[in-house]
Amino acid sequence: MTALLIRDLRLAMRAGGGFGLGLAFFLLVAVLVPLGVGPEAATLGRIAPGILWVGALLACLLSLDRIFALDYEDGSLELLAAAPIPLEGVVAVKALAHWLVTGLPLTLVAPGLALLLNLPAQGYGWLVLSLALGTPALSVIGAFGAALVVGVKRGGLLLSLLVLPLYVPTLIFGAEVVKRGAAGLEVGAPLALLAAITMGAVALLPFAAAAAVRVNLR
Amino acid sequence: MSIWEYANPKKFMQASAWALPWMIGLTVLCLGVGLVWGFFFTPDDYKQGSTVKIIYLHVPAAMMAINAWGMMLVTSLIWIVRRHHVSALAAKAAAPVGLTFTLIALVTGALWGQPMWGTWWAWDPRLTSFLILALFYFGYLALWAAIEDPDTAADLTSILCLVGSVFALLSRYAVNFWNQGLHQGASLSLDKKENVSDVFWVPLVICMVGFVMLFVTLVLMRTRTEIRARRLAALLARERVA
Amino acid sequence: MPELGKYAFAVLGSYAAAILLIAGVIALSFWQRARVKRALAEVESRQGKSDG
Repeated sequence: MTALLIRDLRLAMRAGGGFGLGLAFFLLVAVLVPLGVGPEAATLGRIAPGILWVGALLACLLSLDRIFALDYEDGSLELLAAAPIPLEGVVAVKALAHWLVTGLPLTLVAPGLALLLNLPAQGYGWLVLSLALGTPALSVIGAFGAALVVGVKRGGLLLSLLVLPLYVPTLIFGAEVVKRGAAGLEVGAPLALLAAITMGAVALLPFAAAAAVRVNLR
Repeated sequence: MSIWEYANPKKFMQASAWALPWMIGLTVLCLGVGLVWGFFFTPDDYKQGSTVKIIYLHVPAAMMAINAWGMMLVTSLIWIVRRHHVSALAAKAAAPVGLTFTLIALVTGALWGQPMWGTWWAWDPRLTSFLILALFYFGYLALWAAIEDPDTAADLTSILCLVGSVFALLSRYAVNFWNQGLHQGASLSLDKKENVSDVFWVPLVICMVGFVMLFVTLVLMRTRTEIRARRLAALLARERVA
Repeated sequence: MPELGKYAFAVLGSYAAAILLIAGVIALSFWQRARVKRALAEVESRQGKSDG
């Protein structure tokens, strides 16, 4: 499984692998929203948690179809399905690779973008924590969506339509953590719920995704 | 006489052919009586004026929007476990009807909310949940349309329905959490009898029954069409091979 | 027509929208049914002839 992880990471990092695309998009969102909404500092500060979370979510979405598509096209997915490691494990490793290449960099870069959006000082820690807890869910939910549409040519738009509603709980609780944290309020409830959703998704969705991959490989 | 006999497409076609005229009759009767009674023969509400008449559309539609998804969940599970094609096709058939009910709930909710809350759209937890439900319906329908092989489509959409149901429930709680403190008490919640006096309650129940009948009628009719379509595809495939 | 007062637009609009949407899904269902029935009859008669 480590070999698979390293392979996927290497594929993502090389030229044409799409690494950095998500980060660039995240930066774009953080620049475009103030341009659209106006530079008024108080307004930006108030909506910063939402913008950062929505930006992270959309940036994750960009590289989802790569999780399975390339391997499906050249037949490696079939080989992986027949390999001794369970397909659920393969899915989990691919989701992990996606997170390492997309979610984790986003989490690390977010405080810089929060500066642009005038996030109140006490929100920064909560921003990083909520993204660190929430982006793994985004990767594993995204992997599930990618598994569903792997057989559909140019299924990118369909993938977005399927995955975005599934992102809603994580988005709501993630943004709530940052919003409340930035205002100095109690953060326990949304934080716990965010973590619970991530843990549940990571534990259970690989099974659903593997089932979908098997269906598509028939 | 087990219900599983109707998993046989031929038996289903025979039974539904017999049942359909009755279902249409019941639908017309209940919807007709309920809506006419509710619209013409009920008084205005003390607080909400004549907008209370919207209840006869909004509540039954909202109820059926959820129940339709529930039925899709059950039939999807039956497909996954027992591989009855009629079940998978019934889920596919129900989706546009459920989406329609969701849209009715949204539109009537917004129109009701405008005079009550002063805005055309309010991110009330209930309305927002229905907006998300509409997205789930769109996704489900889009997936059916995108996959060519019918059995593959049935499998993938069933998995989506299952996972979607969990997330739809999670979203419901998340949205309530997200909108805490706003519109408490002033929500459109007309849950149960305590909130709705008898003079409104009886025609409301009749309308709810009417909407259930409408759903069943449409699903029976649409499932029959799906079964015919499946037979058509099989015959066409046979032609191509011959 | 009952006295709807200032809420006439909301109430009538709701009923109109609901009726339109329901009529729409009914019409769609009838249209899909007719299309499939026609195609099926055509293929069945074609295959009926060749099967003898």
